[in-house]
Amino acid sequence: MKRNIFAFLAGGLFGAGLLVSGMVDTTKVQGWLDVFGAWDPTLAFVLGGAILPMAVAWRVAARRRVAVLGNALPEKPDPRLGHNLVIGSLLFGAGWGLAGLCPGPAMASLSFGGAGGLVFMAAMIVGMMAAPAVRVQVDRLATA
Amino acid sequence: MIGSIPQDWIWGFVGGLMIGSAAALYLLVNGRIMGASGIVGGLVDRSGWATAPERIAFIAGLIAVPPLLVPLYDNVSTNITQNLGVVVVAGLLVGVGTRLANGCTSGHGVCGISRFSLRGMVATVFYLLAGGITMVAARHLLGII
Repeated sequence: MKRNIFAFLAGGLFGAGLLVSGMVDTTKVQGWLDVFGAWDPTLAFVLGGAILPMAVAWRVAARRRVAVLGNALPEKPDPRLGHNLVIGSLLFGAGWGLAGLCPGPAMASLSFGGAGGLVFMAAMIVGMMAAPAVRVQVDRLATA
Repeated sequence: MIGSIPQDWIWGFVGGLMIGSAAALYLLVNGRIMGASGIVGGLVDRSGWATAPERIAFIAGLIAVPPLLVPLYDNVSTNITQNLGVVVVAGLLVGVGTRLANGCTSGHGVCGISRFSLRGMVATVFYLLAGGITMVAARHLLGII
């Protein structure tokens, strides 16, 4: 039960941060990506602000054996890159550029994002359902 | 308009600190990496069903808390494009791409870069690059957004 309460709190704080930072506004995200338009640097401040507490948290985590609620902390990052990381990130970036939404803000704005937000969310879930089959094809092409 | 921009940066930084604090809480208390696409994706493809309650609780907070703050603002809108065809294609690409890459802006960006993960940094370079090129092409060359 405690895990679920803290998961709810973390999700809530994440959503509140996305709203306060302006990242639920697609024009701010697209303003950052549009280097040939009215460039908006807000996203860099958001990412910088988010990395600071998290960098401290990783240092704290490195000194602990387990998390506060007793389960294992994440393993060290996998050093292998691989074609799925690159191809997946390119596909994700293309979708992110087109709509100005990524998964976090898509969920944070679901209650007030209107029909467009619901359609985006539904399409994203369909994409996630299709991903294992796409991965098989990508692996086959990459090793051919 | 120009006068309001620096204030946007300040609120961006404040919101960023909140996002990073949420990720720190999820890491240190629950022992999990706060990646939005992974938390949802593990439910969608059933790979994360063993931890389903925790995932559902996180998503519930993420969806339910922002509307509580909306009344504090004059106007909150996602300003998403009216072109639903573009929205569908974008959603599909985000869904497939984040699952292939095993992460998005929160997992690879916030959680990965902050621990100097090579995968997180490489992913971020590629999605920023693809995002910028797609955005510029769709707006300035094709005029569809």
